[in-house]
Amino acid sequence: MKKILHILRRKNAEAKPYWEDFTYETTDEGATVATALASTPVVWEHSCLQRRCGACAMVINKTPALACNTRLSEISTDVIQLEPLRKFPVIEDLLVDRSVMMQNLRRLSVWLEEEARTGSEGMAFEAARCLQCGLCLEVCPNFAAGGAFAGMAAMAPMSRLIARLSEGERKRIARAYQKGVYSGCGKSLACRDICPAQLPIEELLVRSNAACVWKRWKTAGSFTSVGD
Amino acid sequence: MNTKTMAVNIIGAGLAGLSAARAFAQEGVGVRLISFQPSERAQSNLAEGGINAALDVMGEQDTVQEHFLDTMKGGCDLADPNMVWNLTQAAVGLVKDMDRLGVPFHREQGQIIQRNFGGQKKKRTAYAKSSTGKMLMAALIDAVRRYEAAGLVERYPHHRFERLIVKNGKVAGAVIYDRFRKEKISLSGAVLMACGGMNGLFAGETTGTTANAADAQAALFAQGIEFSNLEFLQYHPTTVAITGKRLLISEAARGEGGRLFYYEEGATDRKKVYFLEEKYGERGNLMPRDVISREMTMLGKQVYLDLTGLSRETWAVRLSDLREEILHYLGVDPARESVPVSPGIHYFMGGILVDEQHRTNLPGLYAAGECACAYHGANRLGGNSLLGAIFGGRKTALSMMTDGCCAEEDEENSEEAHFAEGSSEADQCGEEDWAEDNCEEENQVRGTITQILMEGMAPLRDQKTIEAALKKLDALTEASRASGRLKHTLLLARAFLLSALERRESRGAHTRLDYPKTDAALKKNTIVCCADGQIRLSYREIPVLRAQAEDG
Repeated sequence: MKKILHILRRKNAEAKPYWEDFTYETTDEGATVATALASTPVVWEHSCLQRRCGACAMVINKTPALACNTRLSEISTDVIQLEPLRKFPVIEDLLVDRSVMMQNLRRLSVWLEEEARTGSEGMAFEAARCLQCGLCLEVCPNFAAGGAFAGMAAMAPMSRLIARLSEGERKRIARAYQKGVYSGCGKSLACRDICPAQLPIEELLVRSNAACVWKRWKTAGSFTSVGD
Repeated sequence: MNTKTMAVNIIGAGLAGLSAARAFAQEGVGVRLISFQPSERAQSNLAEGGINAALDVMGEQDTVQEHFLDTMKGGCDLADPNMVWNLTQAAVGLVKDMDRLGVPFHREQGQIIQRNFGGQKKKRTAYAKSSTGKMLMAALIDAVRRYEAAGLVERYPHHRFERLIVKNGKVAGAVIYDRFRKEKISLSGAVLMACGGMNGLFAGETTGTTANAADAQAALFAQGIEFSNLEFLQYHPTTVAITGKRLLISEAARGEGGRLFYYEEGATDRKKVYFLEEKYGERGNLMPRDVISREMTMLGKQVYLDLTGLSRETWAVRLSDLREEILHYLGVDPARESVPVSPGIHYFMGGILVDEQHRTNLPGLYAAGECACAYHGANRLGGNSLLGAIFGGRKTALSMMTDGCCAEEDEENSEEAHFAEGSSEADQCGEEDWAEDNCEEENQVRGTITQILMEGMAPLRDQKTIEAALKKLDALTEASRASGRLKHTLLLARAFLLSALERRESRGAHTRLDYPKTDAALKKNTIVCCADGQIRLSYREIPVLRAQAEDG
């Protein structure tokens, strides 16, 4: 199989972007966009190569995805267009600065101050699988870096806390959740379909809303996702 | 170059780095947490099967003493028994600590449930399906975030370690490179390395991440830091080659009842031979990793992992994530079909030599987690790496505070010096060393290093194969006329081969076909050190276990 990578490159944030093509040929059916990129001098972020770390998020043929989770054999076109994520400042080539995600989690004080209570392991497990890759933010019609709405990339870590927090922490987390997630979410659920970890986003959202907005904290306990 | 002052620099934000940062912050000591990528990208997130601690919740009368003995025996008596004692003693408290941070350990009727793991007779491994590392990381990332907000932990999340700054024979700081701003930063203060395994020397051949490039270790080695036991390389028995890396199939699969077999040749009905059970009995599939990988390699036949006997409940509640992953990558449903597996590089028992307090041979430099040679001797037990990382990070932070590493220093425009003489020329990394561009020539050399090491550090070795690899490496070194990072990498690769060549015995993960027996006289640690561009190799006695009450 022979593919042409059509890549939007730039030396740095200020430099003028330009397109460059690289040819990649392989007989390996398992080869991914990440495999092909590794053969080029293009700058991109990578780490686990098995969709467990979220590093290689980018826009592949106009669709945001993880490079390591996109097999070349499953792309019908001969030319594969690669662009950096658009919601984050570009550093170089396909490398972007996603630090706004860390900043948002700090701003919303996403941590426990008291001992976690036991129970709701299923919800905590699913929520903690979030990769912090940023693909959900990329497709979200309501998210903009620097805005009050922190998107699903904050909802998932917050729902881990919501599943496990003790009564004393409810108020603090509920307030942060309303401010950072609930009030900005337009329920487009574009995030649900794009999530490479296939988090049960709708269910996490429903449970977290129930707890933080409608004060129904016990619903977290009845969380049922695949495999639980 | 910017110069900033603060007390402690932690290199690496995986489990060991986070655990150390938290321990410092809990005592009100401010630290810098420096990593090439954010914590979510760290290899710790890939750890699967679980974390060991003698919680004694499975009705088997488990004890800390047994965890200690199993770990020592699994490591073929090469680990410092005092360190292993400290580790196993602390394990129960650490798992409970993680539980309080909200890690969703598997529970039944409110009680943590533990599973079987290799090399341990009792169910001692606490877990969250097959994603235990990810769950621990999520909890620790949150816990450390609290201290970030309080200003006690300052993140440098897109920064690469370049080298140590050494003054008057001790660490005065570190030079790091900001990948986003493309500039070097000189930081003062003590340094804690928590930079993981040396995957980069075996690129594409490990179960780990590409981010653990081994550049940090190579730089330290060139600067004269002592490394230990590099010949002990863990081949995990159940991995599968996928594009660009090895896919790990967690030991939890065997802990939950998985069995390894091969097909008997010539038999018309393709009879399955469960060779480990035949040789080692009922618990054959849960022998330590070194034993199983050696058996598989010696066998020289395709081995399969049979998970078809696992119950529906086990798949649903304990291993749903593993099943999904095998299906996705191999197109095989392990609940119905056996999976062809082979040993693959998974963990480095060797690394930066540390003492019981996690000090290195250079004052002011400490190491924890996989990059340190600490708890696992000649072979690590499954479930002890997450424990070793969390405990090691914490223990190191406490040592550094005791040693008084944390006093704020005034280091304005500090003069830089180098630890190892003769390495200064190589240390002057030019800007070209830090360009992001993959230099084709360098990539080729790195690819060749991997090939050479895969031959010389193969699961079964002998003098001939190792010497042949050394010869190739020398030729490559000569031909490439490498400088900077690449030169350091070649040196470190050589240290691996020399360590394997000089240990004339078979022990743990180091199997010498020409010396198949364990030599009691070699119950020692291999020490490699670089001085004046030459590698020196020596052996050091293993400390004796002190009265156990001494250390908590």
